[in-house]
This record gives sequence, structure tokens and C-alpha cells, in this order.
Amino acid sequence: MTVQQPDVTIEKQGTSKGMGTMAARDARLAYLLILPGLGLVLIIILFPMVWNIILSFQEIGLRDLPTLNLLDFSNLTLENYTDGISSRFWIGLRVTLIYTIGSTVLAIIGGLWAALVAKEAFPGRNIFRAFLLFPYIAPVISTAFIWRLMLDKNFGIINAVLGLEGQEAIGWLTSRSHEFMIFGREVGLPIALITVIAFEAWRYFPFAYLFLLARLQAIPSDIYESAEVDGAAPSQRLWYITIPQLRSVIATLFLLRFIWTFYKFEDIFLLNGGAAGTEVLTVQIFNWLFSRRNVGVASALGVVLAIALMILVVVYQRWTAEEET
Amino acid sequence: MAQNVTSPTSTFSREIFERRLGVFLKWFSIAFFILITVFPFYWMLNLSFRPFQDVLTDPTRLIPRVQDFQTVFAPLSCIFGGDPEFCEGAVRNSSYAAVLIQFNFLRFIRNSLILSGLTVVLSIVISVPAAYAISRLRFRGRSAMNWGILLIYMFPGIVISIPLFVFFVRIQQSLGIQLRSPVGVTLIYLASTLPLALYMLRGYFDTIPPDLEEAAMIDGATRMVALWRVTIPLAMPAIASVALYVFMIAWNEFLYALLFLIENPAAWTLPLGLQQLDSQEVPRTFLMAGSVIISVPVIVLFLFFERFLTGGLTAGGVKG
Repeated sequence: MTVQQPDVTIEKQGTSKGMGTMAARDARLAYLLILPGLGLVLIIILFPMVWNIILSFQEIGLRDLPTLNLLDFSNLTLENYTDGISSRFWIGLRVTLIYTIGSTVLAIIGGLWAALVAKEAFPGRNIFRAFLLFPYIAPVISTAFIWRLMLDKNFGIINAVLGLEGQEAIGWLTSRSHEFMIFGREVGLPIALITVIAFEAWRYFPFAYLFLLARLQAIPSDIYESAEVDGAAPSQRLWYITIPQLRSVIATLFLLRFIWTFYKFEDIFLLNGGAAGTEVLTVQIFNWLFSRRNVGVASALGVVLAIALMILVVVYQRWTAEEET
Repeated sequence: MAQNVTSPTSTFSREIFERRLGVFLKWFSIAFFILITVFPFYWMLNLSFRPFQDVLTDPTRLIPRVQDFQTVFAPLSCIFGGDPEFCEGAVRNSSYAAVLIQFNFLRFIRNSLILSGLTVVLSIVISVPAAYAISRLRFRGRSAMNWGILLIYMFPGIVISIPLFVFFVRIQQSLGIQLRSPVGVTLIYLASTLPLALYMLRGYFDTIPPDLEEAAMIDGATRMVALWRVTIPLAMPAIASVALYVFMIAWNEFLYALLFLIENPAAWTLPLGLQQLDSQEVPRTFLMAGSVIISVPVIVLFLFFERFLTGGLTAGGVKG
């Protein structure tokens, strides 16, 4: 290793001689190589993003689109924002937050549990590990349909297994609230919201599992051995060694999953279309666009969500930058 | 002093107790996770094999009967001709035959394959040079690029889709180019998978020592030749896993397909075709047969390349 070192420095000096032209040539080449991708992203993502802001200040219906004059900025209005940010928006925001935090936390707990199990040695472990990924890799549309059939109020296997028939049957995805007897008291639970949270946790716990397993396998085993010698029981080893070692991965996972779940659209749209108290903001935007045919309000809400996203991404970047140092 | 003597024995018994509990918990957990990950897919297969009449009379039958399989595979005997009356009935009774033939899934499979395949090829062609530039070359705006990749990667489809929808309608009106078509959808898939591809490839290029290229360049090769002959062959594992991910994302994608292809049934992809089966008039068993058709390729692909893909998953944090 040390013998080779002089070579490297000589080579570095060699290139630095022609630095000006070499660097300029490299930079030109770099722009050329990036151009196709950059152009695509500019046209398909950045331009619409910016244009969305303009749309959000215009009164546009879905039916006006073909005859719309896009360069007419004379009728700018704030009405889309005042219409969009109504009580329905605040309810949607509350639902979205409950849905996002609930399913993120559950997915991480499920992922941690799965990772702890998958780390153990047992026959068939490789197949088990592959099984764990099924919910995550299968197309969302088929998983949503499978669960919808299983959770069907009248023909679903879940109600059948639980012995709930007729009046007692639970509309897992269709009833806003269901009365349960808990400790002798009737408690109304937002059953549809709980079900979509459970679905989301089911679908994304494998993602958390993969990250956590990778981190678990990187914990040096001698820590555990010395803890065992010191008389720490398995539960103590889990609580005082494993969990602290995973803390930063868990925090990163929480942020990532929070962001992605907050902006998730397909899952709830396909499960029950945002009915029965599950209308998250992304579904609300879709409904403004295609049920109410109001492009302006939909874009205004899109702008609101985009601003929230930028804040979240900055938080995420600060966090990962801090983690790396 | 007495406490010091007793405490090892008490933790010792706690150790044994927890170990036994741990063994129980381990097997309980294994059973639990197998149940929740495998059963839903088993149930999908089960329903897809059983005739709808049977599902109506006995919704919870756990295992299909032998005659159910006969019903499913009966249409196979009609491939090379056969009694038309028998064949018509056989196709109607077999969920798979009905979905593939009556509901055009053969066409949707072809559409999905073309769309996803095209997206993969173009995505590699665009992202490999760009990732190389970001990894190796110094230029102004490089750090802005990193931030942009992250932001676009996170950017939600629903927010982009509103202005894109308006944009595509206007382009059609003024220029006569129909982008609410497979072409437009391919462009969107390319743009939205680009950040993932760049992120994964850049990370891999960073791990390839530049000395190798530099050696080739000292021998007289241009940078592009060095990239083509040295770096790309070394990066093949990363390129393959990017290709697989992009394929799976495009294959599974639903929202953009719904927005931009719904008016054009001949161009529907599998997810869109499957969603159209979701109506009161169509038996639920057909819905499950469609779900099997769309899920099996990705699950098989994933299992086949699992080691490859799980590494990429944790490295790139594939969005989903």
C-alpha cells in the first residue's frame, strides 16, 4: 500500500498541470451526459410544478381545459385557496396525520419484530425471509383487491372466521364507526380508518424490516456476549443493546415512511375510495379534480402539499447529514 | 453481601425463563408472519381457481376441489379447436380464460410488457451517463443536482399529475400531439424513476475506483471509451438491479395510467385493466384471476433476483 502512494501523487500532479482545459472539458462533458435526463425532468416534472402554482390562482374547471388560454393571467384569484382550505381540508389533514403516524409507527414495530425473528436461526429461514417481502413487492392494486374481498362485510373470510354474521358483521372498510364492547363499555371506533392503517402497516412493514435487519446484522456480537457474561437477560439485551443501536435507523425510517405515507394516494383510493372517514388529502385532491371537476382548487391544494413536502425534505436532509457526520 | 450472592442465581433463572419464552415467541412469530404474508396471496389463488357459483354458495372453502382445477384448465383443450358450444362455456367458467380472452388481458399483458420494457431501456440509456457524470466529473450545479434528485424522488405523483393533465390536454389542442397515450406515460415513468436510477447508480459508481478508468485513459482511451469499456461492465450488477426496479415500478404503476390512458382502452396496462374488472357485474373470482396475472410476474422476478434486489432496496430506499 505504502509503496504505491508516490505513484498516486505523481499522477495527481500530472493532471493538475492541465487543470484549466481538463476541468473545462470534463464539465462540458458532464453537462452533455446529464442533458437528456435533465431535459426530461425539466419538462415532465419541474415545469408542471411551477405551472401548478399559476393554475392554483386561476379559476379553471375540468371542462374549460380544451379552450383555456394558458397565457391569460388577468383573472388571478385567491378563491381556490379559500375554497380549498375549508373545514373539509382540516378534517382531511387530521385523517392524513392519524393515518400517516399510525401506519408508520405500526410498520416500524412490525418491521422490528420481523427483523428480530428473521435474525434467529431456524430451518427454512431463507424462505421465511422471502415471504416477508411479499406484501411489499406485490402490486398495490392486487393487494388492495385481495384485502377488500377478505374484509367484505357479507362474503369476506375475516368476518366468517370471527363468526360475525348478519347484524354483527363488521363493514371493515365501509363503516365510519363501529361500536365495540371494551371492558363492559360501548366504545365507537373509527373502524374504516383503523383498517386502512392496518393495511398500510401490513404493506410496508417489510420495508422497515429490510433496513432493520441490515442494521441488526451489523451489530458486533461481542457486545451481546459480554452482556450475557454480565448477566443481562435476553429482554435486557434487547432493550439496552439492540434498541439503542437501532435508534438512528428507526428515526430515518420514520421520516422516510412518514413522507411517503403522507403523500400516498393509490392505497386508500383502491381500498375504499376515501369513504367512511378515510379521505386523506391526496384522495381529496383527486376528488376535487374529478368529482367536483375543479382544477383550480386541486392545484391550490397541490401547492400546499408541495410546500409541506419541501419542509419535510429539508428536515430529512438535515437529519441524514447529521447522521453521517 | 447476601444480595450479591443471590442475584446471579435470580438472573440465571430469569435467563432460562426468558429463553424458554423466547423459543415460544419465536415460533409463534414465525407462524404469525407466515399467516399474514402468505395467506392473503393463497386466498387470491384459491378464489381465482374456484368457479364463481361455488364461491357464492361456500365463500370460505379453504381448498379448491379437483373439479375446480378441471374447470380452470378446460379451455386449454380448446386452443386447437373444439366444439364451439363447449368451448364458449368452458371459457366463461374458467376465471383465467374469461379474463385473458373476454376481458382482453392478453392485450393488457402485451401493453404492460412493452411499456415497462421501453421504460427500462430508455431509463438505463439516460441514467447511466448522467449518474457517471454526477459521480466522477466536477461541474457547477453538482450539489444542486443532488438536492434536486432527492426532492423529485420524494415528489408525490398526485401533485404532479394535475398540471401534467392540463399540460397534456393543451399540447393536444394546440400541437395535435396526443400525450395522453403510452408515449406520454412512458415519459412520465422515465422522469419519475430517474431519481431512483441516478441515486443507485451514482452510489455504485462511487465505489468503483477511478484508477481503473484513469489507467485506460493514460493508455489513450477517451473518457467515453473508458466509461463504455471499463466502468459500465463493472457496474453491471447495479445496472441490472436498477433495470429490475424500474421494470417493477412501471409494471405496478396505477395513478398515471388511470389519468392518461383511461380514455383509450386499447392502450390499457394491466393495473388499469384490473381496475376495470372491479364492478358489480364482474364476478369477484375474475378479479382475483386478474390479480394473480399481474402479481405473479413481479413476485417471481423478485424471488429470482432476491439477493440483488434487497441490497438495492436498502441502498436506495425504494419508494413505495
